[in-house]
Amino acid sequence: MATKNYGGVSVDVNDEGYMTDSSQWTKKVASGIATDEGVVLTDKHFEVIDFIRTKVADGATLTIRGINKSGVVNAKEFYQMFPGAPLKKSTKIAGVPKPESCI
Amino acid sequence: MENDEKYKLKKVLLICSKGTIEDVYAALVMGNGAVMEGIETKLFFTFFGLDAITKKRMNHLHTSTVGNPAMRMPGNLPFPTWLGGLPGVEAGVSAMMRKEMEKLDIPNVDEFLELIVAGGGELYACKLASDMFGITKEDLHDDVKGIITVGDLYEMCDGPGTQIIFT
Repeated sequence: MATKNYGGVSVDVNDEGYMTDSSQWTKKVASGIATDEGVVLTDKHFEVIDFIRTKVADGATLTIRGINKSGVVNAKEFYQMFPGAPLKKSTKIAGVPKPESCI
Repeated sequence: MENDEKYKLKKVLLICSKGTIEDVYAALVMGNGAVMEGIETKLFFTFFGLDAITKKRMNHLHTSTVGNPAMRMPGNLPFPTWLGGLPGVEAGVSAMMRKEMEKLDIPNVDEFLELIVAGGGELYACKLASDMFGITKEDLHDDVKGIITVGDLYEMCDGPGTQIIFT
């Protein structure tokens, strides 16, 4: 298992760069991963990240539909905030596993 | 000359020509999945696939209960073709299938199209099939970008890393 250093904090990550221990996550770590992903985090991003972390902690499967219905952002905003591959990027930044969902 | 270089998939064009639940959802799931990967995505609906973007029909798609040897009843029991031909069976099975999909958080067709468009995916209807079925832009989902010819379609397929997928 690899480790990565974000702002002086060392975190465990898998081959794809996803954190393997969600408890090591801090906002500072999130900002570090976001920089790697080419995303600059705003307060709105952290609202989305909070939503994702809560959902995952509850054992829910993340889907783009779920994000759209979250009340935090709609799908269009979500795509704009995490350009490219939004669900993959946002989960990586949120320090949770890559979503295993086809939708 | 051998070339082992891998090219990233950049653009997909999905063609949906059939109007059963499974055919339409195959195109929608793959289209949405491509959008979510950041791949430029275009969906082209033709022939019976037009039902997927026709306002009045899109959320009432059916699956075929005859001539489908993979069809099973609940409990994995065989589903004989003669049963599928009885009145109401196709509607019942289709409703059951839609309900099972809802349980998996799979959206309705219109909602699915909106998610694809929200991510930058584009929807097109086939001109020839639209003419044949008497379908106009007004009959189609508001997010459909246009009714286009096969020539227009191929013009959209330029560039390396482009794939055309026929579902």
